[in-house]
Parts: sequence; C-alpha cells; structure tokens
Amino acid sequence: MFRATLKSLLSRKLRLTLAGLAVVLGVMFVSGSFVLTETLKGSFDSLFTSAYSSIDVAVEAKADTPAEETGQIAATVPASVVTSIRALPGVAAVVPTVEVDGARLIGSDGKVVTTMGAPRFGSNWSGEDSFIQLREGRGPQADNEIAINAGLAKAADVHVGDQVQVITRQPKQAFTLVGIFGYAGGKDTMSSAHQVAFTTPVAQELMLGERNVFSSISVNAAEGVSDEELRDTIKAAVGAEYDVRTREELEQHSEDQYASGLDFFNKILLGFAAVALFVGTFLIINTFSIIIAQRTRELALLRAIGANRRQIIGSVLVEATAVGVVASSLGLASGIGVGALLGWVFGLLTDLSTAGTRVPIAAVVSAFAVGIPITLFAALLPALRAARIPPVAAMQEAATADRPLTKLTWSGALVTAIGVTLLGLGLRGSDAPLALIGGGVLVSFVGVALLTPSLARPIGGGVGRLLSWSVPGRLGRLNSRRNPRRTAITAAALMVGVALITGMSVIVSSVNSTLHEIAKKDIKADLLVSGDWNGSGPRPTFDASILERTAQVDGVTRVIGEYDDFAEVTVGRSEPQGDYTMAFTDLPGAVDLWSMKTVSGDLSALSDNQALIDDDRAEHFGLKVGDTATVALGTGSSHTMTISGIYRCDLMEGWVVPASLINEFAQTDPMYSSIELAQGVSSSKVKAEINALFADYPEISVSSVADLVDEATSSLDQVLLMIQILLGLAILIAILGIINTLALSIIERTRELGMLRAIGLRRAQLMRMIAVESVIISVFGAILGLTVGSGLGVAIVKALESEGITTMSLPWGDMATYLIVAAIVGVIAAAIPAIRAMRINVLAAIATE
Amino acid sequence: MILTQAPPRLAAAARAVDIWKTYGKEEAEVIALRGVSISLQRGEFTAIMGPSGSGKSTLMHCLAGLDAVTRGDVYVGMTRLTGLKDRGLTQLRRDKVGFIFQQFNLLPTLTAKENILLPLSIAGRKPDQEWFDRVVDTVGLRDRLGHRPSQLSGGQQQRVACARALVSRPEVVFADEPTGNLDSRSGAEVLGFLRNSVRDTGQTIVMVTHDPNAARYADRVIFLVDGQIIHELRDPTADTVLDTMKRLDTIPAVA
Repeated sequence: MFRATLKSLLSRKLRLTLAGLAVVLGVMFVSGSFVLTETLKGSFDSLFTSAYSSIDVAVEAKADTPAEETGQIAATVPASVVTSIRALPGVAAVVPTVEVDGARLIGSDGKVVTTMGAPRFGSNWSGEDSFIQLREGRGPQADNEIAINAGLAKAADVHVGDQVQVITRQPKQAFTLVGIFGYAGGKDTMSSAHQVAFTTPVAQELMLGERNVFSSISVNAAEGVSDEELRDTIKAAVGAEYDVRTREELEQHSEDQYASGLDFFNKILLGFAAVALFVGTFLIINTFSIIIAQRTRELALLRAIGANRRQIIGSVLVEATAVGVVASSLGLASGIGVGALLGWVFGLLTDLSTAGTRVPIAAVVSAFAVGIPITLFAALLPALRAARIPPVAAMQEAATADRPLTKLTWSGALVTAIGVTLLGLGLRGSDAPLALIGGGVLVSFVGVALLTPSLARPIGGGVGRLLSWSVPGRLGRLNSRRNPRRTAITAAALMVGVALITGMSVIVSSVNSTLHEIAKKDIKADLLVSGDWNGSGPRPTFDASILERTAQVDGVTRVIGEYDDFAEVTVGRSEPQGDYTMAFTDLPGAVDLWSMKTVSGDLSALSDNQALIDDDRAEHFGLKVGDTATVALGTGSSHTMTISGIYRCDLMEGWVVPASLINEFAQTDPMYSSIELAQGVSSSKVKAEINALFADYPEISVSSVADLVDEATSSLDQVLLMIQILLGLAILIAILGIINTLALSIIERTRELGMLRAIGLRRAQLMRMIAVESVIISVFGAILGLTVGSGLGVAIVKALESEGITTMSLPWGDMATYLIVAAIVGVIAAAIPAIRAMRINVLAAIATE
Repeated sequence: MILTQAPPRLAAAARAVDIWKTYGKEEAEVIALRGVSISLQRGEFTAIMGPSGSGKSTLMHCLAGLDAVTRGDVYVGMTRLTGLKDRGLTQLRRDKVGFIFQQFNLLPTLTAKENILLPLSIAGRKPDQEWFDRVVDTVGLRDRLGHRPSQLSGGQQQRVACARALVSRPEVVFADEPTGNLDSRSGAEVLGFLRNSVRDTGQTIVMVTHDPNAARYADRVIFLVDGQIIHELRDPTADTVLDTMKRLDTIPAVA
C-alpha cells in the first residue's frame, strides 16, 4: 500500500507542486520572520559589541529621582569617583564619558536638525578609538570647537570650518565645526542617532549642567585582571549608588532593550504569516479534493482489490506528509534566504551594519511544526471523502454526481453567525482580548467560505454574463459553474486577502476622513506655531511680543498664544496628581478656533481662581461645575480653583486657567500660537512672513493645519501600503490556487478540449474560454472579499466611534481598484493553464480515457 | 492502382495523393502510411477497414487535418492541407469537416441543442433553421433537445454527436468507430441514418471501423494493411467484408 502511494505520488508530482508551493510560501513567511528578527538582533548585538569594544567595565549613576528616571535630567557620576577608581588595583585606564540626548544642531536652513525619534547625543570628545574614527578635520580642542558625526553633517548640510549653533540645556551657542567623524564599519551614524562632540568641560556644562560630573565612566582592566574581578573591586569601592557592569553585561543590557521591540515586530510578521498559511490551507484542501476526485477510479480499484478504508485514508495522508515535509524544507530554505535579504535591505535603509544571517532554532522548528500539520489537516477532509468511495465506482463512469449544497450552506450560515457574534463581543467590550476579535474574524472567514459554494452560481453566473458575449466566454462561464465547490474554495482563498485589505482600507479611509472632517469643521486656525521638542528638558518657547507682531501681518485676522504648564492637582482628599494646565491670551478666541464645545457652565470667560476642564477629566476626577480643586502651578504656588465650565474638544485637553496666572507657570513665555487668516489669503505667503518673525528661534516653526493633516494622513497611507504589501503574499497564494484549480480542471477536461479543437475552436478562443473561467473565479473572490472586508471595516470603525473616529468612509476608489486588479489577476492566472491547454495535442486528447 | 485512380477533381470531397506518414526517427522509425492515394467521392459513404496498427486511423486523421503527413498531399474540397498552419487547419476543420468520435465527446455543460450548434457558434455562423430541423428529425432528437448529455443514453448521445457533425454541412464527415461504444441496436440506428444522410442529402462520410457489420452500411469499403491500401469492395455485404478480411493476409498490395 505504501509503495502504491509513493508511486502514485511521484506520477502526479506536477499536480502537487502548486499545492506544495502554498505551503512553501507560508512556511517561508514564518521562518523568514524568525530569521529576519534574529539577524537584526544579531546586528544590534554586534553593534553594541563594537560600541563597547574599548570598555571592560562601565560605571553609571543609578537614577534615583523621578526626573532622572524619566530622563529629564541625566544621573551623573562626580569626578571624585573617577579619581578613586583610577587608584584601584587592577585598573589600567579610566575614560570618563559624557553622552546625553538633547544636543540640537541648527542646520544651514536656520532650523534645528531633527531625527525620526533617534537621540541627538551631546558628548565629550575622548579621541579616536576602535569605534569612532575621524573622517575629516580633527577633534575639538578649544571650548568653542565641536566635531559631529557624518550623518548629522549631511543632514545639516554643514562643513568643517563652518560656524554652527547648537542648542543644549543652554540656549543656542556658536561653535566652529572642526571635525567630522564616522563609526566602525564605515557607518555615518549609529542607528540614525546624531552626535555632537564638545571638549569635556563644555560637554559637562551644556549637557549635564555642572562641571566635574560625567554620565558614565569606562574602565579598562590591567593585564591578568578579569572583567568580573574588576567589576567587583569597583563595586566595593563606589558603593550601591552606581551601576557597575562588565562589557558583557552592558551588551546584554542594551540588547534586552531592543529585544522587546524586535519581539513585537516578530509577532506582527507572524500574524501576517498566519494569514498566508490560512489562505494556503484552502489551496491544499482544494488540490487534494480535486486530485482525489480525479483518482476516484484508482482508489475504488484499490478498494475493490481489498484495501480497507483506513488504508485509503492512510495513503492520502502519507501523500500529504510527503508534500508537507518537502514543502516545509523548501519553505525553510527560502525563508532563510528572504530573511537574510530583508535584513540586508534593512541594514541599507537604517545604516545598521548587518552581522551575518542568523538562523534560530525557532525558524527550523516552526517551519516543520507549522508546515506538516497544516498540510495534514488540509488533506484530512479529502482523505475522509476518499475513504467513502465505493469499490463499485471502479467499474463506473468516473462522473461524480453533484451533492446538494443544503447542508453545507446551513453549516456555513451557522459558522458565520458564530464568527460574527465573537467579533461583535470582541468589538463591544473595550478591554476584550484581541484574540476574541481575531478569532471572530477567522471563524467568520471559515463560515463565509462554507457559504461560497451556494453563492458561486448566482454571483459567478452574474459576473460570467458580463463576459459571455462570445462562444468561448459562454463556455468559460459554464465551466466555472460545473463544480461550485471547487470554484468557491478557490475564490474563498482570494476572499481572505482581499477582505483583510479592504477592511484595513475602510479603517484607514475612515480615520483619514475623520481627520479631514475635524480639520475642516473644528479647526478654524489656519497656521500653527510650535517648537521642536524631543521629550526631555523644557519645551521651546518664544517671546510673547512676537504674538503682537504676528497679528500685524497682512491677512492675519486672529492670533492666540498658548502657555502650557505641568501642575499638581488635588481634588478633595485624594493624592495630588500631575496634569496639564494651559492658559490662552484670548480664551473666547481659543474656544472658537478649536471648537471647544460647552458641556456645562460657561466657557466664555474666566475670573481669578476659576478653571475649565474637559469632560474626560470631569468624569475622572468626579468634578462638576461649582466644585473646587487645588492646583499647584509649576513655580509651586497653589490655588484653590472653582470649576466654572466643562468643555468637550477632540484636539484639546487639560485644565484651562486664567491668563493672569501665566506668571506662576514654570515657563512664562508662549509655546504655541494659533493663527486665523482672512478668507482668500494665500497661506503659504503669510506663513513665510510669519516664519521670518521667528528667525531667532531655530526650534520654532510655522506649519499650516492643512499640511499637518496631510502629513498625518499620508503616514497612515504608508501604514496601509505596508499592510497591503504584507498581505500581498496571501493574495499571491490565492492566485496560485486559481492557477492550480484551472490546471487541474484542464487535465480533467483534456478530451473535451481536444474535441473542441477538433471541431474548430481556435487557440485564441480556447485561451479566452479559460481566461473567462479564471476571471469569474477571481472577480467572484474579490466581490466576496470586498463585501466581507467592508463589513469588517465598518464594524471596527463603529467600535472605534468612542475613540473619536466619527466619520465612516468607504474607499470606493480603492475598492474599484481591487476589483480591477482581481480581474487582471484572473487573466494572469489563466495564462499558464491556458498555454498548457493550447499545447494539448488534439489527437492524444481525443484518445484520452 | 486502377481502382483508386483519381476521378475528376470536382467530384472528390477529399483526396490523398501518395501520402506517407512516419513516426519517430532513424532506427525507431515507424511507417504508418506508405504512399496511400485515395479519392473520396462526393455523396459516398466510405468505410476504412483493417487490423489494429494497419494505419486506418492515421489515414483518417491525415485526411481530416488533425495530423500532418510526412510526404504527399491532402485536399479537402479545393483546399490543399499540406503546409497549412494551425490557424488554417482549425478553420478548415471548423468549416469543411465534421467529426463523430467513438467516445461521443459532447460538452456536459451544454444541452443537446447547444452541442449540435456548437461548431456553428464557434464559427459565428447562423444556423439554417430548415436544415437544422431536418437533421434533428433525421436523428430523431426533437424531444431531447433541452437535455444535457448526462440525461441521454449512449445511443442518444452519439446521435447528438452525429447531428453536430452534419449540421454545418461539411465537405466530409469523419467518423472514428462511431458504434464502438454502443449496443448493436443503437449502433444500427446510428449507421442507418448516416447512410440515409448520404442517400438523401448527398453528404460525404468516411468511417473507420473494424466491425464488418458496420462496414456493410457503406457504399465502398477500403482495406488497409501495413499502411497500404490492399483491396476495395463496392456495395459490400457483411459476408463479403468478412470474407475479404479473412483473406487480407494473402491479398497482394494493390498500390
């Protein structure tokens, strides 16, 4: 029996190739995710290894104040510690280091050079070493000299010899750029970070706020002293206030910080891999079903000569295992290739030098642990069907009668209902586990897939009617109806990918239109003035007099300055709580420009000791109009304030206090300004004029509200694009499914095709017939996907209504595109089967049994 | 040679002039046809007989434009097949040739009527209603036109196939063992109206068969052995055919 199975497997290897390809692609995605993550981790490891290559033991101060913990102020090591470490036995060299985020260089355009979230280090120059290498010029020697890394020099467009300004804890100061340096491996930046190197005393003063302190101390061990021994010696000498770590521990510490991010990244990729495998399962089920239908006679013959049911099931499962093993191996191999390739691309994009490709055990284990069971699972249903073939079928025409779809349709309806219910529960409860939503989506897909056979005739027929103006088209349409199950499952595979993409499109498009809607309806401000701020230290401010000068610019109708503070709020006997406080130069103006709506009380004016809060805070603190709260402002002065109004606003939150209290804020200069322009005024022209007013404020920039909204929506569009690319693989697998179904159908209909050719069907007509069948399947799948996806998207958007997504928008343009792409995909998928059909030898085909 | 000499051109529905057909190369070469010349008279029912491997099917395939000859010329009506590309051959088959297969070969997705009209639909030609009615009545399928092949008996299916071959009024209809898959009664019915369509409408039919009973319906029987025509009978009976077959080995080649 086993031999018979293997022989029949080998004789049909071509038919199994495409089914196997689905597993290959799915497994490739899974193992590729692991390889990519591990390779990136390896690259970070080697980055840290090279960054710490000149250190044996490092000493850092433990963060012990809240400000230090949040990174607002760096914890420091005093110079006295340096001296005492230097005197310790086993110490060969001590290099005290300053390296703190927050050195902002002003580029040639007069504005601060920004990074995409990467730190902008200010450090002390301690000479070249194995990690830092000068490219040009020299290191800073005088207090008015700096060197910067090559990445920053490029971004700022500055050159050795230029006068450049740097903003640190201190206001901007001018320096001469004397050197540009890079890093080991020819890198311009270290993970995109910018670095400005000062002389040590300047670095201390500007970055740490006082002389004779450092952010860390690197120590080299004397010969014969191990890192661990040195660490213990230093630990004993400096006490528990300091973290003392060996190089290995440092590397580990940094790696751990990256690990969780990479882990999350890995999980996202695996999520997409799961979708691809889910779609692949459809393809495998279909392939095995068709192959078994075609082998009915052969299997019946086996039954007739005495094979029992278990042996039949066994033979199909052995076949599936063989396919699973081969496909998983190939998937693993290609996964390693793809992971390595993506790692390399990632390295190019981010300036991270990639260490060699790493293949974690997880990649190997998951490849087989996923690939083989999925193939087996998918083959199980067809195997059970194979076992039901009666021996007498060996003697009959192989035509299998159409079984009624009633049972299938009912179970499909039931499963869909369960899926939708799960999804509903998942979306309703705000803290419902993501698994409930994911499970609901998955079960719904299965349910709809079960419903598809009964939808195949009406919908497929409808699509077909559009295409059957010619005889080949009509024949193609009729062929697509021959086996609704086959058509349906092929289309269902495509449905999954299209539905997920459509769902995402609906969400993104709704978020985008909500943003535009808010911008159009609620923001009457045309320009916004704000500062570049990287999360530590005070936010940049500007002189209040500029507000008045702005108001005088032609075309400006209203200017409102906003002052922000971080206050401590006490309500009743509860613990004091840190919270945002703000004041406006023109409160009614702010209420109007930002569309703050009155929930209760009065928003139009504030007298002394009155405050406004937003509705979320009112609920959080349990405050009503007329209640009081104690607000301790940034300078420490405390006021008992009466709530005079509660507002609701999508764009603004916090405590609004009278402008008279601005003097008690930590920063008494405005941080933002909202500007309204007269109708019909060119905002770009006014923007340039106002920008000129801020020439002395490199951190402050003026942007138009429309641009900000576009920026936000375009970044969402990028997310959508990423998701589309990742889901592309699921679509690709679905296309393979269409090719497979058509190819197997053509094998089944060889004699028929031969007859058609014999009685005069031209090759082009034959191709058209197959293309029509293919397009019907793909468009049917797309229609299902668009319907299910829109439903999914609408459900999620509805659920997000409370989060502020209030405008439902169906991306009709995108959806039409998906439909057209599906039709094109159908034509492309038909190409290979059609060429095969075209090459069929008429004589041989007619003679086929 | 005298017996198969080409009659006047216009009278021939199809003819072959000294055609050779070989398969394989060099040592593995198999010669299927060795210089066969034959002319199929318009309005005649010809049967081609011979033992397995005698080349009778090959001869029919070459005459029908399904297979290319290695040497020699084949004409269907006035069209010379030699040198025609796939497109030309397809068009020839569509417009000038009808086929009846042993396996019926109907499209299961189409009704009987649609199957009958398929060659005309493919060609984009309008059926001649009067002719269609006549053909349908000849094969006796009037009340079965809306049925699909799976709802018809074997004999009915083959009658649909016959109607399909006749409906486009081809120069010549080729039938490959048309009764091979039928019981003797259905077989006799099919052969009967093949003969009738020759008698009544002047249709030219060529049939390959190894059944002497089938061959007796023909006007003319051609015997093929080893790729050569070795004998010919006119107005055969089952006995004369059977008799000839028994003597096939001893008859010297006529060509």
